[in-house]
Amino acid sequence: MSNIGSYEERVKNFNWKISEDELSYNAGDVINIGWYCSDRICQMGKADKLAMIWEGLGGKEKKYTFDDVRIKSNVIAQFLRDLGIKNEDRVCLFMDKIPELYFGCLGILKIGAIAQPLFSAFGDESLHVRLENAETNTIITQKKHVSKVRKILEKMPYLKHIVVVDDDGRKPLRERELAFNMDEAEDVNQFEIFPTKAESPSILHYTSGTTGQPKGVKHVHYSLISQYLTTKWVLDLQENDIYWCTADPGWVTGTSYGIIGPWSLGITQCVLDTGFGADSWYRFIEKNKISMWYSAPTAIRSLMKAGDEVVEKYDLSSLRHLASVGEPLNAEAVIWSEKVFGLPFYDTYWQTETGSMMICNFPGMKVKPGSMGKTVPGVTGGIVDPETFEEITEPNKGGLIAFRPGWPAMMRSYWNNEETYQSKFKNGWYIPGDKSTIDGDGYFWFMGRDDDIINTGGHLVSPFEVESALLEHESIAESAVVAKPDMVNMEVVKAFVTLNAGFKPTEELELEIMNFIRKRLSPLAMPQEIEYLEKLPKTRSGKIMRRLLRAQEWGEEIGDTSTLEDD
Amino acid sequence: MENLKEVILQYVINEYLEDDSVEVTFETPLLTKGIVDSFSMVSLKRFLESKYEIQIPDDRATPEAFDSVSKIAELVDEFID
Repeated sequence: MSNIGSYEERVKNFNWKISEDELSYNAGDVINIGWYCSDRICQMGKADKLAMIWEGLGGKEKKYTFDDVRIKSNVIAQFLRDLGIKNEDRVCLFMDKIPELYFGCLGILKIGAIAQPLFSAFGDESLHVRLENAETNTIITQKKHVSKVRKILEKMPYLKHIVVVDDDGRKPLRERELAFNMDEAEDVNQFEIFPTKAESPSILHYTSGTTGQPKGVKHVHYSLISQYLTTKWVLDLQENDIYWCTADPGWVTGTSYGIIGPWSLGITQCVLDTGFGADSWYRFIEKNKISMWYSAPTAIRSLMKAGDEVVEKYDLSSLRHLASVGEPLNAEAVIWSEKVFGLPFYDTYWQTETGSMMICNFPGMKVKPGSMGKTVPGVTGGIVDPETFEEITEPNKGGLIAFRPGWPAMMRSYWNNEETYQSKFKNGWYIPGDKSTIDGDGYFWFMGRDDDIINTGGHLVSPFEVESALLEHESIAESAVVAKPDMVNMEVVKAFVTLNAGFKPTEELELEIMNFIRKRLSPLAMPQEIEYLEKLPKTRSGKIMRRLLRAQEWGEEIGDTSTLEDD
Repeated sequence: MENLKEVILQYVINEYLEDDSVEVTFETPLLTKGIVDSFSMVSLKRFLESKYEIQIPDDRATPEAFDSVSKIAELVDEFID
């Protein structure tokens, strides 16, 4: 029996109080995600239950009970409080998927500070713009990443502490750096948790926009209410499940459903801190008898590419439920997973700003391969006209996805960017920026983005950010960046550039530019292809017409070119 | 082949290694160890194609084929021949 039971009944009788009651929360109470994910689970008698099975390089394994999670997060919380960090200070987590990242997130929340997780593959420029926007007080990192912080340190007077969790003393630490070893620190059994309330800020995730710098999406502790319930009803996590969320907590899935969801339910979860490999992933599932697996279409398509014979080498019979997030899951991937695992991947749709799942395929519901599913109970969603923002009720007619605001995990603002935040609301709807249709049965079908944002491997990349970084390369005069179709990642970054005088359009230069962006921004943002042009298509007013370049890549009609600059 | 391996190894160390305390050998798993990721693999492939004037088909540029310097060298050697 699934946790949700009948989807229709849940929708009919829904009230967020269901979640509040299960979490023993009443309006006005203290609500602290750090406490809910550790201390409360221990108080429920699960202190000795395994919370995390972690595997790193070379098969190195560590196991932690919920009591370990409680104590380790207390240790980090105490350390940060002793450093003078106060509630609402921003503390960045810039680490690989090591245990300190997970316990650090809870520790930051326990002192009422704001956790700012950032993907550890970010280059120094990507790191800088995000730390600067948040005026981050402290960054917790590893020695392998500290050089990126050092490169930009002079530009960040607000950054007071750089905490290195794996310093081995072989190289001297520098200005503002200090070593902290979680395992060697003395246990902190009792910790006075900061009394955060429902609207106290909790996590600040950064997401890319079409224009301007990345936006800091501010979430609050009350987000727990929808993260808890969707984990229970959509991912269907049950007491004896062994859960694996493959997402990195540098992105929202990794915190909402890689930390908060499973641990607020007291579920054992696995973390694999190594790169992708079909054999290593299947071996990890077999070894840990993983029963619920939450992954991403890019990974699923990469597994498809690796072939069915690899699957057959492993005993994956422990799997009982699979789900996917990050980008639309194509029908072929759903059909393939049914064939090789005997289970379909259930697609889920949501985004950094929504904080929790919004449109999903639920256990017990008929999966229509390629569909996003139906709205989560408690969420009112629909399709609206892109011009009038009036709801479209006619089945199968395309429009913008829209949600009525009010679910608990909704972002509360963009950090220092109220104007952009307000622009996301139209005619009483929140508009996430994706297009879809709804069929006669109420299933949503994804059509694409409504803007130029590139969704590569489930991660959003801003063309503006890549174009700006490209212009910092000495050879480039002008740049335009668009999405290019890709079998595995759905989209990849493609750049069109014109060169400054004295530079020749060679293969060597293309590689140099690719590596320049990879190091400065991230591997995700690195153009997988660079095309040299004599000039970029522009409007008469001088605006680059990305639309034309994108249409060229996707084999689409170019459309109206009346505003195109004359030769 | 040894020279080929050395060139690839040096390129990987210079371009992709973030933690200089990590030792990378011909057999170090590059992708599973997180030294090179699937996105960065594209630039590594581009380097090899440019350096050795070859074309590696996309279906041969798999994570498994790029998971160590030795495996990459074997792949490149096949196309040089």
